[in-house]
Amino acid sequence: MDGLDRFLNTFFNGAIFARYLPDMLAGVWVTIWLAAAVIALGLTLGLLLACLRSYGNRVVNLCIIVFADLGRALPPLVLILIMYFGLPGLGVRLSGPLVLILVLGFVLAAFAEEIFWAGLTSVARGQWEAGRATGLGFTQTLIHVALPQAIRLAIPPLVNRVLAISKMTALGSVIGVSEILAVASTAQSFTGSAAPLTMGAIAYVIVFLPLVILTRILEHRYAWKV
Amino acid sequence: MTRPMLELVGLNKRFGDLTVLHDIHLRVGQGELVFVIGPSGSGKSTMLRCCNRLEEPTSGSVLIDGADITACSPRALNKMRLNLGMVFQGFHLYPHMDAVGNVMLAQVKALGRSKDEARARALEMLDRVGLRHKSDAMPSALSGGQQQRVAIARALALDPKVMLFDEPTSALDPELVGSVLAVMKDLRTSGMTMLVVSHEMGFAREAADRVIFMDGGVIVEEGQPEAIFTNPQAERTRAFLSRVRG
Repeated sequence: MDGLDRFLNTFFNGAIFARYLPDMLAGVWVTIWLAAAVIALGLTLGLLLACLRSYGNRVVNLCIIVFADLGRALPPLVLILIMYFGLPGLGVRLSGPLVLILVLGFVLAAFAEEIFWAGLTSVARGQWEAGRATGLGFTQTLIHVALPQAIRLAIPPLVNRVLAISKMTALGSVIGVSEILAVASTAQSFTGSAAPLTMGAIAYVIVFLPLVILTRILEHRYAWKV
Repeated sequence: MTRPMLELVGLNKRFGDLTVLHDIHLRVGQGELVFVIGPSGSGKSTMLRCCNRLEEPTSGSVLIDGADITACSPRALNKMRLNLGMVFQGFHLYPHMDAVGNVMLAQVKALGRSKDEARARALEMLDRVGLRHKSDAMPSALSGGQQQRVAIARALALDPKVMLFDEPTSALDPELVGSVLAVMKDLRTSGMTMLVVSHEMGFAREAADRVIFMDGGVIVEEGQPEAIFTNPQAERTRAFLSRVRG
């Protein structure tokens, strides 16, 4: 019994939960809007880049490929530290949340571009030919024929990537963005208790579990209707 | 012959060192059904695809009702293609749209019709190919023959001057071929100008005005269906026909 008490007291201390609940709620809100901004930036930019790539300009495509490969190769934390601690040396001072949104947004865009592009390349050549043969221009065929099919193919890998990137908002704790993990670890160092960290974990589950369930619904909805 | 609706003048197509089409001359008169036969790799599909520049000819020109499609800007090309309905071996219906949506898309986006106008026209065309009752079916819920008829309706809805058929029944189960051929016969009767690449010799005999035999990228022989099938002049034609008949 003594062991169980110690366990509960370490990880589930009710008094500490109560004391830090307001801070934690604020952190949850910060995590949610950070994630929303990252998703909006990343998906929009990724989709635009994939579309741009389909026009087949060699110089443009080389730039897109370099961007996508760097974005996927570099650990986001490295980019975050460079932008937050490095750029001020050049006189450019960006706020923590802005750095986080830009870096994670670009990283998501790099992955999203590749996923949308994979979707576009797997649209059958005959679909393009059918569109063009009926007098549709390249852009019209892209928008009305190829993209809807590519997006459906892209959704399952895309939602997994979106989830992975959204959770990386926790990296904000390194540059003083008061999202869930930052609130939890601050509270942990004040109290010397692991309870705030448990609280953070619970907060993450509450925020992201509905998103996981939502993605299941989306995957189902975007499957081909017969 | 009536005035040519489709005219190929000195058409050449090369892929690197390989000559696929060599100096093709062909005139298809208004309301005429010209049927193209020949062994696989003879260039007949490439010739058809050069007509609307899905395949870019290396040299020569293609005239649609007198207008040169091979010498026009990309924007003008999109407009010119509206005059050429194309039916593919693999149907190529848009899988994310129902039948009526498939027939509407280019009407709205390329021809500039209103959605109501396009829908009415689409239903009319689906009725013509016997599929009005399937107007809200997705392509995956249609048989091959039904998909091909929707594809024909999609092309017809744009009021083309010429219809190009690229082996329209080759991907179909034998029992579904008849429904597509019936639609093609109906088109023939209504006076549509048609260029058909196909292996349906029975249909050629029954409905074609002229049969063209191609081999090795050239037109070897052409004439009335009866003459080509019963009394071919060229040795290559004879050899091909005897192989096809088995």
